[in-house]
Amino acid sequence: MNEWLVIAGIACHAFSGVPGLFMRRDTAGGQRLALGLSVLGSALGMAVALAAFWAPTQSIAFIRLDALAAIFLIPIFWVSALGSIYGLEYWPQMKYPENGRKLRLFYGLVTAGLAGIAVSANSILFLFFWEVMALGAFFLVTTEDHEREVRDAGILYLVSTHFSTLCLFALFAIWHLVTGTFALGPLPPGAVTPTMATVIFILLLVAFGIKAGLMPFHVWLPGAHAAAPSHVSALMSGVLIKIGIYGLARMVSWLPDPPVWWGGLLLVLGTVSGILGVVFALGQHDLKRLLAYHSIENIGIIVMGLGLAMVGRSLQVSTWIVLGLAGALLHVWNHGLFKSLLFLSAGSVVHSTHTRSIDKLGGLAAAMPLTALFFAIGAVAICGLPPLNGFVSELLIYLGLFRTLGLGTEPSWGVAAFSAALLAMIGALAVACFVKAFGAIFLGSARSDSAREAHESGRAITGPMFALALCCLVIGLFPRLVCPLLQQGVAVWIPSYDGQLPSLAMMAPMGWISVVGLTLVGLLLAIGALWGLRLRRSRVGAAGTWDCGYAAPSPHMQYTASSFAQMLGVFFVWVLRPQVHASGKQTVFPGPAHFRSHVMDVVLDEILRPLYQVGVRITTAFRYFQGGNIHAYLAYIVIFLILLLLWK
Amino acid sequence: MNKFIDPILVLVLLLNFVVLGASRMRTLIQAVALQGILLGILIALAHGSLMVWVALMALVTILLKGVVIPRMLFDAIRDVVIRREVEPLVGFIASLFLGAVGTGLALLFSQTLPIARSDMGSLIVPAALSTVLTGFLMLTTRTKAITQVVGYLILENGVFIFGMLLMEAIPFLVELGVLLDLFVAIFVMGIIIHKISREFSSVSTRMLSELKE
Repeated sequence: MNEWLVIAGIACHAFSGVPGLFMRRDTAGGQRLALGLSVLGSALGMAVALAAFWAPTQSIAFIRLDALAAIFLIPIFWVSALGSIYGLEYWPQMKYPENGRKLRLFYGLVTAGLAGIAVSANSILFLFFWEVMALGAFFLVTTEDHEREVRDAGILYLVSTHFSTLCLFALFAIWHLVTGTFALGPLPPGAVTPTMATVIFILLLVAFGIKAGLMPFHVWLPGAHAAAPSHVSALMSGVLIKIGIYGLARMVSWLPDPPVWWGGLLLVLGTVSGILGVVFALGQHDLKRLLAYHSIENIGIIVMGLGLAMVGRSLQVSTWIVLGLAGALLHVWNHGLFKSLLFLSAGSVVHSTHTRSIDKLGGLAAAMPLTALFFAIGAVAICGLPPLNGFVSELLIYLGLFRTLGLGTEPSWGVAAFSAALLAMIGALAVACFVKAFGAIFLGSARSDSAREAHESGRAITGPMFALALCCLVIGLFPRLVCPLLQQGVAVWIPSYDGQLPSLAMMAPMGWISVVGLTLVGLLLAIGALWGLRLRRSRVGAAGTWDCGYAAPSPHMQYTASSFAQMLGVFFVWVLRPQVHASGKQTVFPGPAHFRSHVMDVVLDEILRPLYQVGVRITTAFRYFQGGNIHAYLAYIVIFLILLLLWK
Repeated sequence: MNKFIDPILVLVLLLNFVVLGASRMRTLIQAVALQGILLGILIALAHGSLMVWVALMALVTILLKGVVIPRMLFDAIRDVVIRREVEPLVGFIASLFLGAVGTGLALLFSQTLPIARSDMGSLIVPAALSTVLTGFLMLTTRTKAITQVVGYLILENGVFIFGMLLMEAIPFLVELGVLLDLFVAIFVMGIIIHKISREFSSVSTRMLSELKE
């Protein structure tokens, strides 16, 4: 019964954009219908997913609805429905008659594909939904396909996602070879040889790593997230890349007897991804690219948790499994919430100022107080600071990593504890990055006319942001609420575990988190109230900042995104490799000078592109054979036919 | 097997060489028409008994391959006003030589292909392979769209002869499939010729390479 409901929910999303196709381009009816279907589908889906935590069912052979699927289904449906509401104002049909219908059609299809992947228990069905999701996302990224930059990002995404699909095809072919069935499920111990298991692991790491945007497979991610409309970026960053995590977590749980290096490799990749993601984010000038690199960072954190759980599984330490995996799963939710919130806030800024360049913004807090508040909430959450949700999931991963030191009677695998130190560094760098972004965008004074004329967005935009911010706060303040859900998810992940899994609520100080969080909120409110009182009592005058005697200060003399991050940029110059274009001499009476810096993506621009060039050079020789001459093509067929007949 | 089958297949083979050596478009089409009529007769003979549907099948084949399609081709020649005749990329002598090599290879292959023992002695397999190769040769070495159509026709004739082997087992299916295939090919090519001559005022497929990529 529940399966049919979730199928109905998926169908609602899949067809949400269809009625609009038959309506006139310049009417708003289609988008209201799409919104209605999307909300209906999400309500159905979330209700069923919640029920699945306590009553997992599999009455239809190819649909599996259990706690792990439900953990991923809930953010998919939640973020997608909120995005649909957001789209009403952000991408109204009346304003974008040429691509509004396409956007909504593929938005619904991508949501349906994502939800379908999460419930598939059959590799063919999995691949089907995977392609619906992957191709739908391509059309979402290329919504504004009249712009060259967007087309380039779209093609890069398409190539990456096809490579991922190719790996999946190989993966499922091997899976079928090993199990003799297309059904997906846990393999019994000894079902695969260690070599075969390693091949499967590498394939699924690459396939799902590309989709998740794990370094070094992240090349498509920044461009695609920046090019897509903001609610699409929110959907992609919030939930689409998580489906890669879902695939990875789900499939590794089915492989029996994982060697310990699998978990170790995940831990290393996660740490590298986390550090480099945030470092690259520091170097960005484009708000949405900056957020996209933070997605890579957070995927890294999630993979760290997953890696820890894998290590725990190999070494039979239940506490590492529970803390690592619960941290990873909670971070999936949390990142889905706060990253969507941040992208929606960024969209609100773009909607109002028509630019994504941080260096053209400034002083928006006065014009857009709600957007500024929600962006700040998202920023605090993504930095992993209390009292918001990012803190809780990162704390779980910290606790798990510290336990690898071998406290008390537990075994130790101390190298993992290095990740804890690096995780702390990630958090610190993220704070620096968001101080930079928030400061440059919302504080100071406007650096361009468009920023000066900014205005607050309407309710359809701020409403979904409010809902997401509220979720962040609730999870951050009352993490005990999600504990049982996470516990169920962990239990599904490791069904074969002999001993009873330790309780998450016993190991993590969930009660203390609430106490500290509530105290912090109370303190903040008290300070805010006192400050407000003070401001009201005393006179507030406006005056210029002291300008060192320079007579003509301009907003351009403020710290920019790159000057703020300059010191950290120098630290990481070995990986950032910024391209600096500077002109003008520093003399006693300096003339006009220019400075421009641009950070490339190391993996894409310094590894993949040169490799591609080499490939092109080699394959150019073969272009002779593809001369466009029909007669030549037919001759190839004859020659091949004769060769085939001669053979044997 | 009927004793008349092999002599007719020899005629078909000879017609292949006529096609390869023909420099005039009319000869070409006439040869293909004759080949089609021979194939129709072949159906009737191959089945042995003259049942109603066999006769009908043979009649339809003769009508289509021997009358209707050649008629269409003649009309096409008239409509697009072909100034020069067959334009070969490879000379006629060379074509004939290649055709001879192809026929030789076909005879060679017929010995090695895994086919039923009862069919070993007959000329069906070599004739079929040789005709297919001739069709390919036409397709690769002639530039006009009409000669391409003729090439496809000969190719189909080759496949048709191959179908004779299956006459006993699944006769109707083979016939229907082949005829349908052929009809579609002609239909498509007819449209293409029409379009090409209208759009580019030329019926040479060499110009098609302008469309690459």
